[in-house]
Amino acid sequence: MPARYGAVMRNFLAMSAVLALSVVALGCGGGARDEAGTATLITIDGSSTVFPIAEAMAEEFGKANPDVRTPTVGISGTGGGFQKFCRSEADISNASRPIRPAEIDACRTAGVDYIELPIAYDGIAIVVNPANTWARAITVAELRTLWAPEAQGKVTRWNQVRTSWPNRDIRLFGAGVDSGTYDYFTEAIVGKEGASRGDFTSSEDDNVIVQGVASDELALGFLPLAYVEQNRSRLTIVPVDDGKAERGAGPITPSAETVRDGTYQPLSRPLFIYVARKAADRPDVQQFVQMFFDRPELVREVGYIELTPQIYDLARTHFADRKVGTAFGEGGSQVGVTLEELLARER
Amino acid sequence: MRLFVDRAFQVVALAVLCLALMALGALILDVWQDGARRLTWDFLSGFPSRRPENAGIWHALSGSIFVILVTAALAVPVGVAAAIYLEEYGTRSLMAKLIEINIANLAAVPSIIYGLLGLGLFVRGLAMGRSVLAGASTLALLVLPVIILATREALRAVPPSIREASYALGATKWQTVWHQVIPVALPGILTGTILALSRAIGETAPLITIGALTFVAFAPDSIWSPFTVLPIQIFNWVSRPQPAFRANAAAAILVLLALLLTMNAAAIWLRDRYQKKLT
Amino acid sequence: MTLRPRARSRGFEALIEWALFICALLSIGTTAGIILVLAIETVAFLREVSIVAFLFGTEWTPLFATPRFGVLPLVAGTTLVSVIAMLVALPMGLLSAIYLSEYAPPRLRRVIKPVLEILAGVPTVVYGYFALLFVTPLLQRFIPGLAGFNALGPGIVMGIMILPLVSSLSEDAMQAVPRGLREGSYALGATRMQTSIRVVVPAAFSGITAACILAASRAIGETMIVAIAAGQQPRLTWNPLVPIETMTAYIVQVSLGDTPQGTIEYRTIFAVGMLLFLGTFLLNLASAWLRERFREEYG
Repeated sequence: MPARYGAVMRNFLAMSAVLALSVVALGCGGGARDEAGTATLITIDGSSTVFPIAEAMAEEFGKANPDVRTPTVGISGTGGGFQKFCRSEADISNASRPIRPAEIDACRTAGVDYIELPIAYDGIAIVVNPANTWARAITVAELRTLWAPEAQGKVTRWNQVRTSWPNRDIRLFGAGVDSGTYDYFTEAIVGKEGASRGDFTSSEDDNVIVQGVASDELALGFLPLAYVEQNRSRLTIVPVDDGKAERGAGPITPSAETVRDGTYQPLSRPLFIYVARKAADRPDVQQFVQMFFDRPELVREVGYIELTPQIYDLARTHFADRKVGTAFGEGGSQVGVTLEELLARER
Repeated sequence: MRLFVDRAFQVVALAVLCLALMALGALILDVWQDGARRLTWDFLSGFPSRRPENAGIWHALSGSIFVILVTAALAVPVGVAAAIYLEEYGTRSLMAKLIEINIANLAAVPSIIYGLLGLGLFVRGLAMGRSVLAGASTLALLVLPVIILATREALRAVPPSIREASYALGATKWQTVWHQVIPVALPGILTGTILALSRAIGETAPLITIGALTFVAFAPDSIWSPFTVLPIQIFNWVSRPQPAFRANAAAAILVLLALLLTMNAAAIWLRDRYQKKLT
Repeated sequence: MTLRPRARSRGFEALIEWALFICALLSIGTTAGIILVLAIETVAFLREVSIVAFLFGTEWTPLFATPRFGVLPLVAGTTLVSVIAMLVALPMGLLSAIYLSEYAPPRLRRVIKPVLEILAGVPTVVYGYFALLFVTPLLQRFIPGLAGFNALGPGIVMGIMILPLVSSLSEDAMQAVPRGLREGSYALGATRMQTSIRVVVPAAFSGITAACILAASRAIGETMIVAIAAGQQPRLTWNPLVPIETMTAYIVQVSLGDTPQGTIEYRTIFAVGMLLFLGTFLLNLASAWLRERFREEYG
């Protein structure tokens, strides 16, 4: 009898030895190492809006450099990304709005310098379910009625927004409070960044909004244009009328053209990446950041609008000169920054 | 009349049981229909991509396996040791009784609470960051009560005659435990451990809470590396509305279920094989 | 049978015993850790928000510009989904248990029981997938106003998930009832159904109740099914057709963003976690006490 147990025991010890060895071998292994011998990994976090671009760039970078680890991209939201960035937990911060005064302070206190680089242009689309037959257009004033803080608990039916609309529940979906899209939307529509009703489905993950609106006949939501482009058959875009005839009369449908020529207002905005000054000295980071200027077709592929070659040249120069600081002195969301405006600011 | 009602009741009860089993069948069928065609070698060995047809799960699969191995390395020695203490050494003390009750409670705590513990203690407190080690430590705490309970069952099943014979021959307590009791209980311990780990491999909530959800397109290469696991990749893909990602999620689910099936089958095979040897 | 271990190994033995004891203490350490981590942040949270506002407030908008910290909408969401789950799992589980315990031939039992256990072993993220992409669209065909995120779909799926728990524990309780009781009933001419319902179930009552309480505790603590399929809109409602948010889904939602230590947002997940822990802890305690009492009756 003892012999049999001995065999069991030997097997067990052998298995544990193999297990322990494999864990140790895996655990002590390092990642790809550059010439200096330190493992390299580019960490990116922030806006869910910018995520599709960063993801595409990271993937192409990974393909072009198979022995280096592909950059990791998180979606903590623009606000969340800046928090991580100013704590040196991320090399690059994705942002769908310029950095805010509070974040500027936090970075200054932590000694983190940043290089602000515009990378694309985006429109925020108002979307409804394809079965929605009544919402053919909407005005900025109506959006304000719907999303203002006072609307919480009170504006809950379609006919309260426009009397000709049906007397049915309205179910709202929108970006979460850590999201730059949320900041920009509230600034542009309600007039104050961060001011909105609280009783809607809010998520930093824009996919949740797509799913929510696509599966609910009575839903309305706001989304970055790229997510709408990717889900054309599941959502209906509602043209927005800003009531200012000089920038295009009547309701305007967001598209590459209307965003670029500045007629889709106020819901058009530039997208940014913020690169940590320290990270900018690393060759892999430099190569990665260059991709944002050299491969604007990826921006178009994911559904956003590329910037003009002049802006990309300016951004390239800024990066090469390691120019720190923000071109948007007041900080925070800026409404009405057209491409020309952006060019002027960056000069 | 009464007999008719009795018969009817029997039929209804059986029908209800079948309904529950049919739900399981519907689930598996639905997942299979959505995902089977995506199960290619490229899918298993590839990395995530923004284009669903190019996306693979190697980062998540290797992440899952690596995390489970580290979890096992952490939890099994401690769990088995604790169970040995409770079963062989301290059965009568008040402390042991308290520990017993405590373990029974811990086994029923929701897994997300363990995630919060991991966030506060490992990620922030011990500054492990969002690494494999933090994730494995959190999961280790999660499975520890289950491993302890399973090991105790296995130890209890060892006939007392073995212990008594060992003492009669002059062996010390530890010699008895190490050379006689553990080898006999080993298959039961292994079975229980594998079952506990198979539960851990399907856990999502604690790992999300400690922050494992990002675009991680590489296999983890050290315990300090960022990582992702199969359940989180599934969660990520389920959140994406394009149907092509839904197919990916279904395929990843099939891989996860296959992994679970393998582990459970191994556990059951172990138990059956050594059970025959001992009786 | 006394033993005198060799003097040399006495110290070694003591050392081993101490090492094993430390490992056993780790379990206490875990509980202490959970309570400590939750309590520290909850206390810090309650310094900024009154406990009355937290426990009885009806609006939960902690992340917004005008934050409100009334946790009732989350509690309502959790309760709603759990109630739906119990409405599915209780009758079905009990009937399954009665069938397996009183009617099924032993061979059938041996086959069905493990299959039922598989239901309990499926990872919850898979159930979430099932709820969002199969059950909800299916329900939408019959219930026109059903939103994509709602409480009904995940509630039903959660019921299926905890069904094996109810069924298996109830069946154990019923099996523990002595044969004599059944035979007495049959001797008096009762049918199997009458015996099951009027004799066995009442006798196993506390064991069955313990099973249900444990299942409810499992439902309340469940995370992935609701995080995927129930929505992220905290609202105080009993309507199962609209998006809601449960306590567990809220923790996941905030964890997906950034949670810097020391902010009120970080503290809210621990405050909600504390509430969740206390709730499930009390339920588990009640269930264990009932099971202990049942064991005494029929042990």
